[in-house]
Amino acid sequence: MPLTIGVPRETFAGEKRFAAAPEVVEKLIKLGFSVRIESGTGATENFSDTAFSAAGATIASSAADLFATSDIIFKVRAPSNDEVAAMRPGTTLISFIWPAQNAELMKQMAERRLTVLAMDSVPRISRAQKMDALSSMANIAGYRAVIEAAYHFGRFFSGQITAAGKVPPAKVFVIGAGVAGLAALGAAVSLGAIVRANDTRPEVGDQVKSMGAEFVPVNYQEEGTGVGGYAKVMSEGFQKAQREVFANQAKDVDIIITTALIPGKPAPKLITADMVRSMRPGSVIVDLAAEQGGNCEFTVPGEVVVREGVTIIGYTDLPSRLSKQASTLYATNLLRLTEELCKTKDGLINVNFEDEAIRGATVIKEGEITWPPPPPRLSAAPAQVKPAAAATPAVLKKSSHGHGGGGEPMSAKTLTIMFAIAAALFWLIGAYAPPSFLGHFTVFVLACFIGYMVVWNVTPSLHTPLMSVTNAISSIIAVGAIVQVAPPLAESATDRPDTLILGLAVAALALTAINMFGGFAVTRRMLAMFRK
Amino acid sequence: MSANIATIAYLGAAILFITSLGGLSNPETSRRGNFFGMVGMTIAVLATVLGPRVDLVIGLPWIIGALAVGGGVGLYAARKVQMTQMPELVALMHSLVGLAACFVGFASYVDTSVVHTGAEKAIHEVEIYIGILIGAVTFSGSVIAFGKLSGKIGGKPLLLPARHWLNLLALIVIIWFGVRFVAAPDVNAGMIPLAIMTIIALLFGMHMVMAIGGADMPVVVSMLNSYSGWAAAATGFMLTNDLLIVTGALVGSSGAILSYIMCRAMNRNFISVIAGGFGTAGGAAPAATGEQPAGEVVAVTATETAEMLRSAKSVVIIPGYGMAVAQAQHTVYEITKLLREKGVNVRFAIHPVAGRMPGHMNVLLAEAKVPYDIVLEMDEINDDFPNTDVSIVIGANDIVNPAAEDDPTSPIAGMPVLQVWKSKTSIVMKRSMASGYAGVDNPLFFKEKNRMLFGDAKKMLDEVFVALKN
Repeated sequence: MPLTIGVPRETFAGEKRFAAAPEVVEKLIKLGFSVRIESGTGATENFSDTAFSAAGATIASSAADLFATSDIIFKVRAPSNDEVAAMRPGTTLISFIWPAQNAELMKQMAERRLTVLAMDSVPRISRAQKMDALSSMANIAGYRAVIEAAYHFGRFFSGQITAAGKVPPAKVFVIGAGVAGLAALGAAVSLGAIVRANDTRPEVGDQVKSMGAEFVPVNYQEEGTGVGGYAKVMSEGFQKAQREVFANQAKDVDIIITTALIPGKPAPKLITADMVRSMRPGSVIVDLAAEQGGNCEFTVPGEVVVREGVTIIGYTDLPSRLSKQASTLYATNLLRLTEELCKTKDGLINVNFEDEAIRGATVIKEGEITWPPPPPRLSAAPAQVKPAAAATPAVLKKSSHGHGGGGEPMSAKTLTIMFAIAAALFWLIGAYAPPSFLGHFTVFVLACFIGYMVVWNVTPSLHTPLMSVTNAISSIIAVGAIVQVAPPLAESATDRPDTLILGLAVAALALTAINMFGGFAVTRRMLAMFRK
Repeated sequence: MSANIATIAYLGAAILFITSLGGLSNPETSRRGNFFGMVGMTIAVLATVLGPRVDLVIGLPWIIGALAVGGGVGLYAARKVQMTQMPELVALMHSLVGLAACFVGFASYVDTSVVHTGAEKAIHEVEIYIGILIGAVTFSGSVIAFGKLSGKIGGKPLLLPARHWLNLLALIVIIWFGVRFVAAPDVNAGMIPLAIMTIIALLFGMHMVMAIGGADMPVVVSMLNSYSGWAAAATGFMLTNDLLIVTGALVGSSGAILSYIMCRAMNRNFISVIAGGFGTAGGAAPAATGEQPAGEVVAVTATETAEMLRSAKSVVIIPGYGMAVAQAQHTVYEITKLLREKGVNVRFAIHPVAGRMPGHMNVLLAEAKVPYDIVLEMDEINDDFPNTDVSIVIGANDIVNPAAEDDPTSPIAGMPVLQVWKSKTSIVMKRSMASGYAGVDNPLFFKEKNRMLFGDAKKMLDEVFVALKN
């Protein structure tokens, strides 16, 4: 018997989004489900009851009726206590949950024997992008941030020369080029503003440029960048350089949009009171991190305040302020997730724990809390662990160390084992080897380290020349052959098989000479071809 | 020349070698780097020849003769080799270093003019033993690698039954004879274990490379590069010559790093590459149970390809081994030039393991005069695919396989790949629908936005070029 999907009205104060849209309802029905909508749900977003019934949904007169007749509940906000109590045991709930922040709610839902899929826990793997509601909401927030800024800003965004005088273009500075930041860039650019952006990850510079904005880098090279390409621990020095960049931008721009968030931590205070003071009166700051405390010192979450002549917008419900768009995109994300749950298209769902995306999203299964998901299965290869781990609380754990990420240091255990082996080896050598050997050994070990340092700097495009030049250099064995050709002998050494050694040495010398001359010549030929 | 002067000259040579490798960090400084290497080598050879350990009267004619013969052959080969044959040449040269290390090792062992006693004697003999061991493995392994790369031996891995046990057995036998060798009272008695070990080492080297599939060749070539360095370092210990030790260590660690980079680019464990047999025994089973890609393959003609290129603003070209085989790099550049003149942004995306040795594609493109600033690494360009109108894959397969990201059961799961499927259109040039070296089907071919251009890469590109020009 096909299941019924129920969509109740959102009860959270000020929430205008809704977990369905008529065109999505049609597709859900095609998957075999029947859909029930609470009466009047979409009224705020121009989706009338009639539009939903035309799409094939039935209308429930009240929330109680809806919860009593639905097997699957779609919601936007995490349910309230009353809503959980109204659900039938065994109901499947798909919604934003934020399990880390809502332990009490999780317990309650588990007691109610619900199955809960959290849209905020969908792992960030490429296959799951279509159900990534966080990205679609961030996209909307970024766009809406520009619209709010434009509303509070007293001028045009685009520069114009009119009969009534010249209008300079607005300058917008976006901090953080994630999904929201990039959406804000795009919206501000298309309104005609001069847009700049900054991010601690220099590699997003190209994405910023591709949106038609200018990337403002922090000119501070962190020690060790490039080794593995991961150095992300932002040092004191970096933060200082970053503050200088922001202070300079604050003096110059009209609008600042901040989107800097660190998972599981309060938002970093990037815009200080002094920077706000240095801005021109009438400027606008939109703080997308307001919910986590804000990137600006003056931000009041949920409100618009004017400080030092600057309007600071701290709305925490930007997606909800574009409710029709947000509902449509969110409903589509839900649809994609439902498609994954219902591969058979028969109106039944299968919470398949073999599927990585579904496993990650499922926080409660039949009354058992399954969050956090286990680390990715062992057969998966190392590089795969990384994206998967990014979606799990490993990130929270890491950032709670206060370093905000960092490279990939070896685990302490491996390191200890390696040190132990090296120490044992060195002790053995030190205990038994004669002094003459130790001298050479020292040289050898140090040379290995030099080689290690030097070769990591070689650019990948020159790997073939690197091999041919090291090949040529390894013909240094010629030196060994030369000293064997004809050493000045003491008279006493008469039983030395001179001819044999001479033969071997000359042969070795000829072989290495091929390498020596050939290697250098071919390297030269290759390198001459590399040109700009 | 006194011993002190020779030592100082060696130090100078060692520094020059280090700066030589350092110079390769950038194409601008690389030519100077190579020059430093040559100067270093000249100093080292001259200091040795003129140093206290060579009797010039007897030795000089031999030395000059050997250098002239070898140098002549080397220069000739360097001039004649085609850039597509670089992997073969490099493998062959590794084998020479290995063989030379063996010769020097044997010569050093039979040389009774240098007398060691006690622990020094044992250490010296261990050094000889290890030096010859590494030399022999390098030699036979490189010869097989050469054979595989030049197509004289099939690319398919040869898998003997119980091959891991065979390798283990070889190791035990080598250690056992090593003990016998060090314990031997005189040179004649020691010769037998030494000779047996050499034979086993040669067989071991052959077996090791025979078991490795064609796509893993970049790892093998860089690993042999590393071995040739360790062979030189072992020779240095044997002859108590610091210059050999330093140089050997430099080359050895360079090769080791390259092997590591290549393994990481394929998301494979070094041990599993060396253990060999990818895409056969271990790989086929999960591939069969995994989701088979299915759907429509849309084939296009060269003219249609030209049409798509003409209307594109941004084009990315992904070359693979197929381009090298077809010698198509020059045509690729002609097309690139034409498109760039029309204002199309053309760039190249190079996967770290494209081709048969590290940096193979870069050298081929450089030969065709493609400017190196439009040749980008995987990490530099992967984010740009969504903004790319057309990406052309020329003779590559596994490095653009979306299954590596999407399908955890795929044998290449987790391998970083070029995300060509994110571009607005992708065109794959291939001879047929056969799978790549890893033996894995490629779902890219079935994607909605993908087009296939079947045929020989060179011939097809020539046709595209002609169509573009008109």
